Amino acid sequence: MTNPVSQTQQMITTNAPAISVEGVFHRYGQHEALRGIDLQIPTGQIFALLGPNGSGKTTLFRLICTLMPLQCGSIRVAGASVAQRLAVRQRIGIVFQAPSLDKKLTVDENIACQAALYGLSGAELRSRRDEVLGMLNLIDRRHELCERLSGGLKRRVELAKGLLHRPQVLLLDEPSTGLDPTARLDLWVALRQMVADGITVVLTTHLFEEADKADTLAIMDCGQVVSVGTPASLRLELGEGLIMLQTEQPEEAALSLQSHFDLQVQQVGQQLRIQTPQPVQWVSRIADHLGDSLHSITVGRPGLEDVFVAKTGNPFCN
Amino acid sequence: MSALTSPTDPASQASPVPKAGDPLSPQPWEPAVASGWGAAWMLARREWTRFFRQRNRVTAAVLQPLLFWLLFGTGLSGSFVAPDGQDFLQFFLPGTIALIVLFTAIFATISVIEDRREGFMQAVLVAPVGRWPVLVGKVVGGSAIAWVQAVFFLSLVLVTQTVPLSWSLLPLLALMAALAVAMCGLGMIVAWPMDSTQGFHAIMMLGLMPMWLLSGTFFPVPAVADQPLGWGQTLLRWIMQANPLTYTVSEMRSLLYPPAVADSAVLLTGSVVNWSVTFVFMLVTFLLAGWLMRGSRKVDWVA
Repeated sequence: MTNPVSQTQQMITTNAPAISVEGVFHRYGQHEALRGIDLQIPTGQIFALLGPNGSGKTTLFRLICTLMPLQCGSIRVAGASVAQRLAVRQRIGIVFQAPSLDKKLTVDENIACQAALYGLSGAELRSRRDEVLGMLNLIDRRHELCERLSGGLKRRVELAKGLLHRPQVLLLDEPSTGLDPTARLDLWVALRQMVADGITVVLTTHLFEEADKADTLAIMDCGQVVSVGTPASLRLELGEGLIMLQTEQPEEAALSLQSHFDLQVQQVGQQLRIQTPQPVQWVSRIADHLGDSLHSITVGRPGLEDVFVAKTGNPFCN
Repeated sequence: MSALTSPTDPASQASPVPKAGDPLSPQPWEPAVASGWGAAWMLARREWTRFFRQRNRVTAAVLQPLLFWLLFGTGLSGSFVAPDGQDFLQFFLPGTIALIVLFTAIFATISVIEDRREGFMQAVLVAPVGRWPVLVGKVVGGSAIAWVQAVFFLSLVLVTQTVPLSWSLLPLLALMAALAVAMCGLGMIVAWPMDSTQGFHAIMMLGLMPMWLLSGTFFPVPAVADQPLGWGQTLLRWIMQANPLTYTVSEMRSLLYPPAVADSAVLLTGSVVNWSVTFVFMLVTFLLAGWLMRGSRKVDWVA
């Protein structure tokens, strides 16, 4: 289910991209992690980079947040090139997948550490700290050591750190990692609030249900952007229905279905997938045609996983 | 979070969030200016706070050198005769102070590896302050802890009257501070490229402990004046002369004990050379650590 872009978000979305990525390649030794990325991330939205492990989304994230030097291509964040590291860092807030909290310090002390790194002090620090802690419902936990907080609360403190210096773009790497369902919901409420306040939120994820909540998403695989669009528009590309088959000999079954019914059959591993606007009417005909060699047949509306499979021809494996 | 952009909020006026509709408008966005010194001071304070919140670290830091000093000093006193007639408790005292500083500096800088592994360092490295505040913060914080520990130990020693109370203890405090900075710099050189504490321990046992043992802490530098040296002792003398820590320990010895007691056979060189070597050692380790920390490397990010 897609979240409709709210009126406020539409208002603050402009033509100027928050992040512009052009012709980016990246290698780790012999391994090519990014193979020509071109991406425009709109301002004032939640933008998700969706892909399985090894798809290159975390590499792209590290390049955007200036943790790694750019090898080839160009990236601009909020108008500044990543070559100007300090300028970009001042404009972005980052929440890494790995926790960055010092567990031996309290929530307040962790925030103060972050403030010192971003040039906030005195009255401004106190004011901003109260604001972000209030927004994330952490006021009553501010004097607790971070090692005593639950995973969800720690994540909220991470968000508070990322927001403290009023970033124009908030980058989150796999933000739902380690969170229970309630904490995930809380996280998304907080992210929506940030977008309503004019912050562009960019996150990486390998979870379809998380990517489905984004306003726009880019599907990545093998170091390339496979497709970009709203979750609804990407699903719409596959049509209204999808039939999935498990058969004894998928290669033969695919050829047979193509020749008899003129259907476009895609084989993914041992599974056959057929996109069609009227899937139900095909079920009995396919079952009759394949007979006992058919193990199972499933009909459904395409989800983001189906989009990924249709675009890449690969199963989504983490 | 409407307060973020509230016109009544002085903080918002100082660095306004881009307004709806023109987040990247021609009006320049003015962030707060991050100060490297502020960040370094915060990182130093963090070292301090973390140290005192780990009680086992405080206890070990105080008790271990004390035990070393008492056990070695008492156990070896019968089998050791210093050239100047000191007993081993007295002879071993400068070495124990150096050991306290060395150990504490090691534990302070080894935390860089933990900071990396736990993700804290990753967040620091993407802050708009560069990397030098990390070095300054770790070195200032770590050496302050090492110095205070050494001073605490020295106070205990003064109570036992192993060393006489004299004005020469004041320059000793300065020397201890310089040594602490040098050791933290050395610790950063070792720790920064490492991705595991096991690797650090290996270097510590292979490099740092021998450096301490071969600095005149446990036995004096073989003296040429006494008798012709064999090749082994000649080699040992060369190594100990090449070890910068030897000069610091030598100066500590001369500051702890009056000139009549601290015989020239125990001391390697004069004070000017000792102080100079100590300060050059401090500067070289600090600058080398800074040079090694520039640029990004694989250990910077948490997988």
